Amino acid sequence: MAGELGKYKLCVSARSSDKAILRKAQDGGIVTQLFKFALEEGIIDGAIVAGPGDEPWRPRPFIATTVEELMTASGTKYNISPQVSWIKEATRSYGLDKIGIVGTPCQMQAVRKGQLYPVGLRDVPDKIKLAIGIFCMENFSYQSVKQLVEDHAAMKLDAVKKMEIGKGKFWVYGQRGQVVQLPLKVTHKYEQPGCHVCLDYVANLADVSTGSVGSPDGWSTVFVRTKNGDDIWSKAIAAGCFETKPIEQVKPGLELVTKLATEKISKNQKTVEERAKFGVNKGLRNPYLGPK
Amino acid sequence: MADKITVGHVHMSGCTGCLVSLADNYGGLLTILDKYADLVYGLTLADVRHIPKMDVALVEGSVCIQDKISVQEIKETREKAAIVVAVGGCACYGNITRFTRGGQQNQPQHESYLPVGDLIKVDVYIPGCAPCPQLIRNVCVMAYLLLKGNKDQQELAKKYLTPLMQLADRGTEACGCDLMYDVVNQGLCMGCGSCAAACPVRAITHEYGKPNVNREMCIKCGACYAQCPRAFFNFDVIPEFEGIMDAIDAALK
Ligand SMILES: Cc1cc2nc3c(=O)[nH]c(=O)nc-3n(C[C@H](O)[C@H](O)[C@H](O)COP(=O)(O)OP(=O)(O)OC[C@H]3O[C@@H](n4cnc5c(N)ncnc54)[C@H](O)[C@@H]3O)c2cc1C
Ligand code: SF4
Ligand code: SF4
Ligand code: SF4
Repeated sequence: MAGELGKYKLCVSARSSDKAILRKAQDGGIVTQLFKFALEEGIIDGAIVAGPGDEPWRPRPFIATTVEELMTASGTKYNISPQVSWIKEATRSYGLDKIGIVGTPCQMQAVRKGQLYPVGLRDVPDKIKLAIGIFCMENFSYQSVKQLVEDHAAMKLDAVKKMEIGKGKFWVYGQRGQVVQLPLKVTHKYEQPGCHVCLDYVANLADVSTGSVGSPDGWSTVFVRTKNGDDIWSKAIAAGCFETKPIEQVKPGLELVTKLATEKISKNQKTVEERAKFGVNKGLRNPYLGPK
Repeated sequence: MADKITVGHVHMSGCTGCLVSLADNYGGLLTILDKYADLVYGLTLADVRHIPKMDVALVEGSVCIQDKISVQEIKETREKAAIVVAVGGCACYGNITRFTRGGQQNQPQHESYLPVGDLIKVDVYIPGCAPCPQLIRNVCVMAYLLLKGNKDQQELAKKYLTPLMQLADRGTEACGCDLMYDVVNQGLCMGCGSCAAACPVRAITHEYGKPNVNREMCIKCGACYAQCPRAFFNFDVIPEFEGIMDAIDAALK
């Protein structure tokens, strides 16, 4: 199957069977659980995750080589973590031969481009052993998140327990139990501009991709895409890592995923086209047509 | 397999790092030479004095315009080779030879070095310092498929090589600044980090998700921009990564 949802071999609703992972996870703990399994089985010897950075809710790419380190990175940070920046260093300073990496759909595109066109990625292409993609409608700069949380939601960033985009709202959950919701209308202007030409919603190029959309609260929608992804996923299922339900039996299911993917891609496709006539007889670059 | 293609390595002013990168394919290189390509020219590698006719010329290094032999050889390369590939930052963009001003022992008058594309038309670029062995390998396999493959293989090779041909067409100047001019300033950067990973001298860091180039450190190899998915991302090739990687692996078995 291809199209908005990309090629995939299998789509299910799932959650980790490990309570400790679920407690800290953004959704069904798919990312942390699958990396944990892969680490323990020796399928990878480290994973590039978005760990805690220098300021509250500011992520930084971080190479987890133990389960404890993996756990410190769970949960979604709605601002940029340049995951791919560590991919060569992982094979050098960290000496990894089998790399795991999690990232947004654009970061999965970067990983695959890096494998087919490894311009500056000596010896990296064959070392990527598990690429997990997370669904993504848009991302934000750190300053954007700060303004959303502090100015619009009137909370201090370091008092926030969780942030989430879902059901048409941006949700900010405080440590003390308070919940603030912002309409997405408010968040739009803060989006990263580069997101407006992005033509992938569900990480079509990952080995396994996952997100909350389509599944009930606390569960995740999972696409198993490549041969490699399928192999790892089936071993993890056999080892009892996940509870699963057929995607056809959950609400709102694939229909919503398809709807959002189609909306995102057609809106951004339009932006790409409009960029071509942005000025007076002059346009902006289109990376999908080439490097010029 | 159909007959082999002929390949030559043309050495201009480069440090031989590009040639070492080619050799760093180890067994893969032997397979290439065994099954797909005859090396018809190459300093130290093939006992041939004059540039022969060949299918693919892999050119390493920039051209010193005060060195008559180099100038003559690069022109001859264009005449004799069906496809000219600039391999490495020096051939594509000048790279560190952009900083030379002459005065060195024992040819002090050799002071002006130009990327190959300033003197002849170049067909394909493989930027980077040193260029990555796996990219050189992929281009060699694709060049073979382009010249000797069946219709589907030729189609694939054409699609694969297109962005590297467009890079050659884009020009002979590269710098970390390209990330600003052609990605960030154009509203295209999404903060993946590929540029920083690609830089051989660690000139690029990310500040709040966007690249920051230390221009004093940049050697102008062109790897960062070529690696950036928002420099080029060809939807007719990259999403087929699984099949293409399997095919390349199989070809080198
Ligand atoms: C910017 C952004 C936008 C998103 N938009 C959507 C959406 O529209 N619809 C949807 O269904 N899902 C979206 N998600 C994905 C969703 O929020 C969860 O991250 C996903 O479901 C994984 O949850 P989990 O419980 O399986 O993972 P966990 O076990 O909680 O692990 C999450 C993993 O994600 C990584 N991570 C966290 N933040 C980032 C980041 N900024 N960049 C790269 N990696 C990161 C962490 O390193 C961690 O390993 C988005 C995520 C991000 C980062
Ligand atoms: S919307 Fe696209 S470009 Fe922006 S962060 Fe998400 S995947 Fe990347
Ligand atoms: S490689 Fe990624 S981070 Fe660097 S300029 Fe390109 S899009 Fe931005
Ligand atoms: S910033 Fe680094 S990768 Fe980019 S051109 Fe300069 S040296 Fe090369």
